[in-house]
Amino acid sequence: MNLDLNEEQKLIQQTAREFAEAELAPVAAQLDQGGDQQPFFDNLLKLAELGFMGLNVRETYGGAETGVVAFSVALTEIARAYASTAVTLSVNNMVCEVIQAVGNEEQRQKYIPRICSGEYLAGAFALTETGAGSDPAGMTTSAVRDGDDWLINGSKLFITSAPYAGVFVVWAITDKTAPKGKGISCFLVEANTPGLSIGKKEEKMGQHASATNELIFNDCRIPQNALMGKLNAGFRIAVGELAGGRIGIGSLALGVGLAAIDAATAYSLDRKQFGKRLADFQSTQWKIADTYTELEAARLLLMNAAYQKEQGRPFARAASMAKLFASETANRACYEALQIYGGYGYTQDFPVERYARDARITSIYEGTSEIQRLIIAREILAGFS
Amino acid sequence: MIFELNEEQKLIRQTVREFAENEIKPSAAERDESESFDRALMYDKIGELGLAGIVFPEEYGGAGADYISYAIAVEELSRVCASTGVTLSAHLSLGANPIFLFGTEEQKKKFLTPLAEGTKLGAFALTETAAGSDAGGTKTTATRDADSWILNGTKIFCTNGGEAEINIVFARTDKNAQKHHGISAFIVEKDTPGFSFGKKESKMGIRSSPTRELVFDNCRIPADNLLGEEGSGFKVAMKTLDGGRIGIAAQALGIAQGAYDAALEYARERKQFEQPIASFQAIQFKLADMATEIEAARLLIYQAAYRASAGLPYGQHSAMAKMYASDVAMKVTTEAVQIHGGYGYTRDFPVERMMRDAKITQIYEGTNEIQRVVIGAAITR
Repeated sequence: MNLDLNEEQKLIQQTAREFAEAELAPVAAQLDQGGDQQPFFDNLLKLAELGFMGLNVRETYGGAETGVVAFSVALTEIARAYASTAVTLSVNNMVCEVIQAVGNEEQRQKYIPRICSGEYLAGAFALTETGAGSDPAGMTTSAVRDGDDWLINGSKLFITSAPYAGVFVVWAITDKTAPKGKGISCFLVEANTPGLSIGKKEEKMGQHASATNELIFNDCRIPQNALMGKLNAGFRIAVGELAGGRIGIGSLALGVGLAAIDAATAYSLDRKQFGKRLADFQSTQWKIADTYTELEAARLLLMNAAYQKEQGRPFARAASMAKLFASETANRACYEALQIYGGYGYTQDFPVERYARDARITSIYEGTSEIQRLIIAREILAGFS
Repeated sequence: MIFELNEEQKLIRQTVREFAENEIKPSAAERDESESFDRALMYDKIGELGLAGIVFPEEYGGAGADYISYAIAVEELSRVCASTGVTLSAHLSLGANPIFLFGTEEQKKKFLTPLAEGTKLGAFALTETAAGSDAGGTKTTATRDADSWILNGTKIFCTNGGEAEINIVFARTDKNAQKHHGISAFIVEKDTPGFSFGKKESKMGIRSSPTRELVFDNCRIPADNLLGEEGSGFKVAMKTLDGGRIGIAAQALGIAQGAYDAALEYARERKQFEQPIASFQAIQFKLADMATEIEAARLLIYQAAYRASAGLPYGQHSAMAKMYASDVAMKVTTEAVQIHGGYGYTRDFPVERMMRDAKITQIYEGTNEIQRVVIGAAITR
């Protein structure tokens, strides 16, 4: 047991922290409030140049090949400054990783370097539909063979980065007669493919700079070689490969939670009531003690999951535990931090209001907390018999 | 970064688990019921396994292992019997460790070695009726008389009290000093004239571990038995408790793990509405949360233990681990009783005892309220 980061991991953490403080934090509030969005894209490009879009991706494909622990600590640092940037980073990394894991050599060489280099500002996952949220196998989007091509019809919902993604990982039904979950395949669809259009942009509670859109497929024709992985084996990709994304979102949640309590702690040392600093009251100290303790536990769960994945071991249970715990803890951390700020915390003059909104989605996307609990329970009960 | 136990640590877990399952578990319910401390079983055999001084260097009779190994040993014992877990934790962390940390070479040879070898049992006497969370309220006195110190006063809630041959006792040596100043630590051997044992507490849980009053009535001990510098007792106590929290956190973890294991087994067997209750989401979600929080507690403990063995500061980490693990133990044991339903409320199932045992882990070795103040103050300092 050695719970210290190695030198490379520390360096990546430090680089991410410095970038976040210098470039992300200063623009976060105006991006959140709908100001000029250009800095958001500029920063994505700079992060790509720093190697942050393929942290756990092989150098052959333009990745940084630094591992999962480094990916986790980098995301946490980015999220401390701005969650929208962090979620884009997490999804981009996961798109690269999934293509690397499941795609053929041609697909890898074509798409991964473009995401890693920033040529594509983003990649995107298109799984969710109106009727298929926690139950993705209930999807209705279909892909039908037409000569040498596939024709995709249907619509996808809540697609992160859709308007500026260069490539979409799309799941569709390819065998309607197969039992639920057995006839789904996975495709790589390039932006601007005829028949693919970007639909309604969601107006969300938080993570404003990160676009979330509907995706519409209307006789969208893609070539035969756009199929990724085996035919009708796509659902396994969705449930298997995406476990890595849970480490990303958990790490993001940790960063938001830390940002909130760091800010509130600093505020409590400054703000005076009843002739004393807020930090001198036990009720404040307790909030701070509980929050940092739980965030530290979240960090260790994340590091453990990242380590297991990095070692090539089964990590689904560890990733679900880490994602569940970190996202729930981040929400609590933001709640307590806002409470320490009192009325000021409810205003947009202080960043905790944004942190609290940004944190809320972390216990919903990339598998709700309820789904994480089901996964954990399934693993526990399977391991028992 | 390595998130796995090494071979030695794995071996310790396996050895202690087998011992705990085969030897400690069978009598746990009966000892709880009769409030009996079985020293031959609960301590002597642990000494034979090399656990009594597991973290101390071999030159003092220890096993030279690290704090993670120690935490694993306490966890595994507590998984079947929290009373046995606390016997080891109080002995090693509170009785022996202050001698290792602050003792002279002579004191280490004379007192630490038999403690580490498991031939003598240790205890720690800090708490008094008016000095609980506020150790600065200590009233017991030690007065210098030529080559001796003379102790007067009463200590309460002493784990291993009445059984321990070697007791670390805190007393005020400077009456003019205020609060936590002017307190010193002493090594007091059992059978010293003027040292007797008072009321044995009847408790909600850890009933097989003796908790007793220690009475000092003109108890004369050699001047050589002063532990650490005169007046440094508060520091001795606080440093000792930093390490002790790892032990209690591990005890809490063991209780939680034992209750979780029992609840999981029960949930798979118990049928209602024609199916095992483990197939219901309500039960699955409880189990998932229990497992997740137990894992979080374990990692916090390993981190504190890792830092302790690596020579890094760990006081805040052990406070976090103790507070979190004990709260998890209370929550998990309560849920384990809930999963068992009415049966869980009876003494036919061990979760009833585990829930009672869990409660003390939130209180002793510094209440969780004190831990929060300590952690909060450290962060906002």
